[in-house]
Amino acid sequence: MNVPDYFIPLVVALPLLGAFLTPLVSRLSGKARNAFVVIVLGVNGILIGLLASDILTNGIRTYVFGATDLSLPVVRILFEVDAMSVFMALIAAILSFVGVLYSLSFMKEYSGLDKFYTLVLLMTAGMLGMMLTGDLFNFFVFLEITSIASCALIAFWTHKGESVEAAFKYIIISAIGALFILFAIALLYGQYNALNMAVLANSIQYTFLDKIALVILIAALAMKAGLVPMHMWLPDSYGSAPAPVTLILIGTTQASLYGAFRVIFTVYGGVFSDTAFASNVIGAFLVILALATMLIGVIMALRQSNLKRMIAYVAVAEIGYMVLGIGVRLNAALYNEVTQTVVWHPYTTTALQGSILHIMNDALTIGLLFLVAGSIYYATKKISVDQLGGLARKMKYTTVFFVIGLLAAAGMPPLNGFVSKLLIYESTYQLNPIIAIVAILASIMILAVFVKVFHAIFLGPEQESLKTVKEVPKPMLIAMGVIVCIILFFGLFPEFVITNIVEPATTAILNHTQYIGAVLGGV
Amino acid sequence: MIYNIPYLAVVALVLIGLYALLFKRNLIKMVIGVTLIESGVNLFLITLGYRENSIAPIYTGSPGGIMSLPVPQALTLTSIVIGVAVLALMLSLVIHIYRHYGTLDVRKIRRLKE
Amino acid sequence: MVSFEALLESLQTGSGFWHPLLWGIAIVIAFFIVYILRGLGNKTYKKQTEQTKSFLSGNPEYEKEQMHVKGSNVYWGFTEVLKGVYDLLKKMHNGNASDYVMWFVVVMGVLFILVVML
Repeated sequence: MNVPDYFIPLVVALPLLGAFLTPLVSRLSGKARNAFVVIVLGVNGILIGLLASDILTNGIRTYVFGATDLSLPVVRILFEVDAMSVFMALIAAILSFVGVLYSLSFMKEYSGLDKFYTLVLLMTAGMLGMMLTGDLFNFFVFLEITSIASCALIAFWTHKGESVEAAFKYIIISAIGALFILFAIALLYGQYNALNMAVLANSIQYTFLDKIALVILIAALAMKAGLVPMHMWLPDSYGSAPAPVTLILIGTTQASLYGAFRVIFTVYGGVFSDTAFASNVIGAFLVILALATMLIGVIMALRQSNLKRMIAYVAVAEIGYMVLGIGVRLNAALYNEVTQTVVWHPYTTTALQGSILHIMNDALTIGLLFLVAGSIYYATKKISVDQLGGLARKMKYTTVFFVIGLLAAAGMPPLNGFVSKLLIYESTYQLNPIIAIVAILASIMILAVFVKVFHAIFLGPEQESLKTVKEVPKPMLIAMGVIVCIILFFGLFPEFVITNIVEPATTAILNHTQYIGAVLGGV
Repeated sequence: MIYNIPYLAVVALVLIGLYALLFKRNLIKMVIGVTLIESGVNLFLITLGYRENSIAPIYTGSPGGIMSLPVPQALTLTSIVIGVAVLALMLSLVIHIYRHYGTLDVRKIRRLKE
Repeated sequence: MVSFEALLESLQTGSGFWHPLLWGIAIVIAFFIVYILRGLGNKTYKKQTEQTKSFLSGNPEYEKEQMHVKGSNVYWGFTEVLKGVYDLLKKMHNGNASDYVMWFVVVMGVLFILVVML
């Protein structure tokens, strides 16, 4: 079906308008504000679903701000949406809607909720803007919007010292990363007089300043995504924020990873198709960092006694799987003397498919685990693993959801984690067997971490201090149930998901000539 | 050679800002370091748009001649506004930290360590 | 909207395939075999005597609340063996905000040397 052109900016503009209207609506009553936010995000999700069904059947679309059509030279800001962008936008829609549903009852007894919902809507608008834009400076502006809104939300519980400290570390890291990204954008602008990603991809040559810009962009975007050794802000901020805020924060860190995909495969796509040496070196470095991320993430997770910090360290380890796909794709480039181009084995495309599917799987799985941790905190007001025990008698639904999240994070069939991890194991094995061995070892240790938590919190005798806990209220259970349904659907019908959602995304991200052609019209 | 001095100033500002972030212990000095890096990047953006013997890029009633590029000036204004918002957020967080911890030494604000 | 056969295809990786329905059938068959093997066991035992008490290598059995292993102590053996690695990692994660920026500069420097100089 064909959606009108204005759906593309409407997806970003609707949460933005909702964010500015929320303080006015909350003057009426609290219930009106809650209903307003849920309706705004629900309508936004439906719009994203319609846009996705259009892009996945018809191809790339662009929307130019301020003119009816595009004329050369390209000076206007434009949103360019291909299959990879709508894949990330689907993740953002699911995470924001479930987060707001969960926070209807989780945050009910705190004050200042109108500011909370305003910031959540701003964060969603910034996240969607990062994923849909086709212009590098626009990406920087949305990145800053998202990081400012997230920092204010992490520090929401200002009566605790840890939240404020975590928010301060987060804003320092975000500001430094974004300023260095702006420096690299200025370098590229000074050379080519263009800010548009397609125009830059068309006219880039691999000069010395381009190399510096590539180094700065990869390092800063990897820091925002949580790659070792720049990952230390991630457990601090994920562990000290309220649980629904952490759910939407997962979406923003993955949007930064999407930015790294865009820069490496589209803006610098022509460079990596001509020379194999640069691609090999960067790929090897990313593979080494990804393996270190997996190992350090799980090893540090085994020592934690705070439940949310432990899940945050597992989230760091899962980022390693996503970067492993990029590294394997870049490292396995061979130069074909006959046709004077770079060729790749077909297993690198499978590795990239596994990584892209793992982005969505990780968001759902780790999100479900954070929501369960939030439920335990809501019911017992304790977050340390040492003080809990025997909760499975009173909180039956939460236990079942935790078991499903545990099995999905560790990669057990028939859940969704197994599908993406199988693709990654079977394709990275052909580059170097050690990579697949380390990946399987990390999966087993993730299972070990969560079995420890499951035994300590849910099984065992009933504690004296926990005799009065009850099951969590209905909106939180419904939110967790939505994610469990999606997890089961992805696990039981893997081929349907891969052919319809993941394969168009992979072919779209690797096809930089099609991305250029949508803007420059075959010039 | 004289037209390269702004670029040398940019490198000096960014390096001094990184030095303040890495080696100073006071939180306020770290915030000043972030502001110095931001000033350096803004200066870099403005300097890219300069052309020799150019006038301000205002179209109505201009006396003719080469104009310097207006696009980097727009980008720099956006960046200055973002920098003000980030600076205000960082300083308010420093006030909250001082109320909770009683000190501004970054080596003592480590309740969140492993 | 979507045909039922399209939902039930098998996933092709480069070197194999995965079909969750075949896995489900295999798990059900495995459960049947386990159930049959369990039924071949010895059904005669005397209740409420020594045969139903748990065996803890001769140690006395306490109350259930005192016997529950707390969360942080479950993997004591693992963390004892890897003490060297954990000391190194604890020195790296010291929570100092300046060190967070230092690691960023170090990674940018290493990547710069790799990409630009080589």
